[in-house]
Amino acid sequence: MRKLLLFSIVLITGVVFAGRLFYLQIYDTSFQKLSENNAINIIYDYPPRGYIFDRNGTLLVSNQPSYDVMVIPRNVKPLDTLEFCEILRITKEDFKSILEKATIYSPRLPSVVIPQLTKEEYAYLSEKMHKYEGFYIQKRSLRDYQVDHSANVLGYIAEVNNRIIEKNPYYQMGDLIGMQGVERQYEEVLRGVKGVKYIQKDRFNRDIGPYKDGVFDTLPERGKDITLTIDAVLQEYGEALMVNKRGGIVAIEPATGEILTLVTAPNYDPSLLVGRERSRNFTKLYYDTIAKPLFDRGLQGEYPPGSPFKTLTALIGLQEGVIDTKETVSCHGGYIYGRGRKLGCHHHYSPLAMVAGIANSCNAYFCTVYRRAIEKYPSPQEGIDNWHDHLASFGLDQFMGYDLPSGRPGYIPDAKYYNRSYNYPTYKWFATATISNAIGQGEVSLTPMQMANFAATIANRGWYYKPHVIKNIGGTDTIPTVYTEKHHTTIEPRFFEPVVEGMFDVYNKGTASHIQIPGIEICGKTGTAENFIRVNGKRMQLTDHSIFVAFAPKDDPKIAIAVFVENGYWGSRWAGRIAGLMIEKYLKGEITRTDMEDFVLNGSLEAEYAKPYSGEPFKINQ
Amino acid sequence: MASGRGILKYDWSIILLYGVLVGIGWMNIYSASLSDTASSFFDFSQIYTKQLFFIVMSILLIIFILAIEAKFYERFSSVIYIVSLLSLIGLFIFGKNVNGATSWYGFGSFGLQPSEFAKAATALALAKYVSDIQTNIKEFKHQLRTFIIIALPAILIIPQPDPGSALIYAAFVFPLYREGLHFVYLLLVFFGAGLFVGTLLFGVTWVILGVVLIAGILFLRNRKKRPKLFKYLIIIGACIGFSFSVNYIFNNVFEQRHRDRFNIVLGKEVDAKGIGYNTNQSEIAIGSGGWTGKGWTQGTQTKGNFVPEQQTDYIFSTVGEEWGFLGSILVVLLFVSLILRILYLAEKQKNQFSRVYGYSVASILFLHFFVNVGMVTGLFPTVGIPLPFFSYGGSSLWGFTILLFIFVRLDASNYYYS
Repeated sequence: MRKLLLFSIVLITGVVFAGRLFYLQIYDTSFQKLSENNAINIIYDYPPRGYIFDRNGTLLVSNQPSYDVMVIPRNVKPLDTLEFCEILRITKEDFKSILEKATIYSPRLPSVVIPQLTKEEYAYLSEKMHKYEGFYIQKRSLRDYQVDHSANVLGYIAEVNNRIIEKNPYYQMGDLIGMQGVERQYEEVLRGVKGVKYIQKDRFNRDIGPYKDGVFDTLPERGKDITLTIDAVLQEYGEALMVNKRGGIVAIEPATGEILTLVTAPNYDPSLLVGRERSRNFTKLYYDTIAKPLFDRGLQGEYPPGSPFKTLTALIGLQEGVIDTKETVSCHGGYIYGRGRKLGCHHHYSPLAMVAGIANSCNAYFCTVYRRAIEKYPSPQEGIDNWHDHLASFGLDQFMGYDLPSGRPGYIPDAKYYNRSYNYPTYKWFATATISNAIGQGEVSLTPMQMANFAATIANRGWYYKPHVIKNIGGTDTIPTVYTEKHHTTIEPRFFEPVVEGMFDVYNKGTASHIQIPGIEICGKTGTAENFIRVNGKRMQLTDHSIFVAFAPKDDPKIAIAVFVENGYWGSRWAGRIAGLMIEKYLKGEITRTDMEDFVLNGSLEAEYAKPYSGEPFKINQ
Repeated sequence: MASGRGILKYDWSIILLYGVLVGIGWMNIYSASLSDTASSFFDFSQIYTKQLFFIVMSILLIIFILAIEAKFYERFSSVIYIVSLLSLIGLFIFGKNVNGATSWYGFGSFGLQPSEFAKAATALALAKYVSDIQTNIKEFKHQLRTFIIIALPAILIIPQPDPGSALIYAAFVFPLYREGLHFVYLLLVFFGAGLFVGTLLFGVTWVILGVVLIAGILFLRNRKKRPKLFKYLIIIGACIGFSFSVNYIFNNVFEQRHRDRFNIVLGKEVDAKGIGYNTNQSEIAIGSGGWTGKGWTQGTQTKGNFVPEQQTDYIFSTVGEEWGFLGSILVVLLFVSLILRILYLAEKQKNQFSRVYGYSVASILFLHFFVNVGMVTGLFPTVGIPLPFFSYGGSSLWGFTILLFIFVRLDASNYYYS
């Protein structure tokens, strides 16, 4: 026994130590992280962000150096707060709360104290920084906007927030990330890859050389430049035309699906969201809940499409074989259905066949076609779903898959929708209950982007490419393949010709004949859409929206366009004129209809927009 | 030489284990001192060179020790012991103060630490006394003399102050127990050591609370056997008295420099944040090693000097970080093998002197290993003593080398003893 005691104690000790080592080194994995926190300092090298060019090679966005004052709370030594605050030009209270926040975020990771210093501030500060341990200046690259338009397309970059950091470990506090527009869509292309240097520290937090001789270090990779399909000249012109109006302009090159112009009004100058004033400016834009400058009406505005939708009704009618181009429909001031119910129409000669029906925008004609197309099927459910499917092939009732991060799908009702709202099968419903759809009112809603896309589809006589803003990435001609796939509609190409003829007559002798531009054959369709809003819970009707959908030239179309002017009254009044000017600007490069240009540039709808908020009774459509 | 078997008579497994441990130890010292930029009285960039020099010297020392007749160590054990005691006493006059402790004789930039050699001397003297035909370890008179032999160097070492080294003398209770000392003494020694360290680390109040709590539990559990309450009270009283006297001596007899050194050894000094900085950093270093470690000279904790005293007392944390679980286990295995091998050989000795000495060697190595690795892995409180053969330092390496190789020499003569 006496011989064995020490023997056993030694053995037990060996086993206990083995167990302890197993616990420390294998079982508990937290020490790895602790050791890294301790001993390794990560320094990032931010590459310049890629430039953005327009389709003609005009530089839209470049970079400017920017300097952030950063802090690593753990390393902060007692300092002359008063003096430091004076240098930074902030109050002591602000300074304290910034430091507290940074400590809460992480005592050992950098946080931003003052973002985006000017060059002068930087020059002044960089001399004094060494006095304040734990603080340093991080150089970053900020956007330098060469143009004051296209903010909605370009988007903006901003500091990442905690949510992004949690989701994507690439980003660190203070990093910049594309938040909207192409900046967000092509973030990974534009940002490049930041370089990382692992620096070994000793216990006094001094650098003692690269970690593992730098085998984990990476060099920064410059962001790639991108070229957009946007035509900067046209875009700028479009924005100028939309001053003091609300709405959107979307222009697409039909043959490629390239978005030439994407205007939303009101817009803002992209350089407002750069520099130290950024957050103040952003707050101002963000809280303007009436004009909503951050709301991209071209992509997000879901509007009743109005009469341009009739072209689709005509196409479906032809495809379904419920009408041909010769059959005429008579109109007695409207379309009568059910027990004396009537959907009114304006004065025009009667009866009309298809081309004239489009040119004169006859409600009775399209209601007839629509009703026949639905009632062709045994039940209205089947009829509506078939109709819905035709429209879906135009990219309606869906996010269209264009390369911008914001947007809405619009809405095309289907059988499910009507079954629910009419409480089917307790109650039955028929095609007539949905008759407003025929003329682009009722439940139908489209975004201006969708309107432009169906215009491009008609221009192409039956197919489209998904609209996109990317023309090339990094100088190569490769763009994502989704934008080089042709999408064919469910309508046979031969049925498009009569509709094109009708749209040409709209311009030639119909509702848009007064916007004629010498030398350009435009096919278009006006629209005037009733609309309602709620103010303080009260539903009220506002002045009609002015809509124009067009493409030109009639043969070999170069541009398809949708213009939507909120509360602009009738279609050709604002939208038609703007569309005409845009088409002329794009095709000719100059404006001959200066009378029209003066009207639009000097016109304002601000008084109209103020009406519902005045608190007083007002009249619409005057 | 008495042997006719040439060098085969030496136990080569011990020599091999020694060589491997010293070799691995040097590699870790090399790594731990490689990037050291901390300013100190040493020129740290040369630490590994110095250790290499110490190792070469050790080889010469080994040859010298093995060349001497085995009987010499038994015959001259008393002389060696007295010389060793004198060297400890001499420190009070000629000692050189390093890091707050007067444990050194200075020779230029080198220093000799006599307390490292005193262990071997004490082991020899103890073996000599216990193996004396007239000594009966079960008699109180002889127990007292034995105690004096062990306690004298320890008492001389404490005021250097070097409580860690003094604590190691508790290891001698193992050979004595082996030779027939009552089990109670074993308990007493370790309870006393526990109280000693506990008082210094946690203070009197906590120690008293702990003692009373343990005694209370034991008393209540044994109530049915009608335990003598009086006995319990005496034991509690003795413990409290011991704790108080340790505390009194520490606070009143010792000077501030002693207390400072104690606090350094007990890890209270560097621990400014009060969270066990040393232990914490050491655990991080070891824990970050994973299965296979970060590779030799690749340890970030080691490079960044996060673990204080890493070349000396905390050298095992370098092993843990750079060699990982596999490397650490290997080192533990090497130590356990070495100690067990010594114990095995000690039991095989025909003469009592060699057996007691061998047992003493195993006990001292074990206690160092136990306290050091226990401290570095955060299992035990911080008590600054070196890891044999691993920790940087000439005196420490030589002290352990002498301790070990005298036994190797004795063992080689085992069969020729009359």
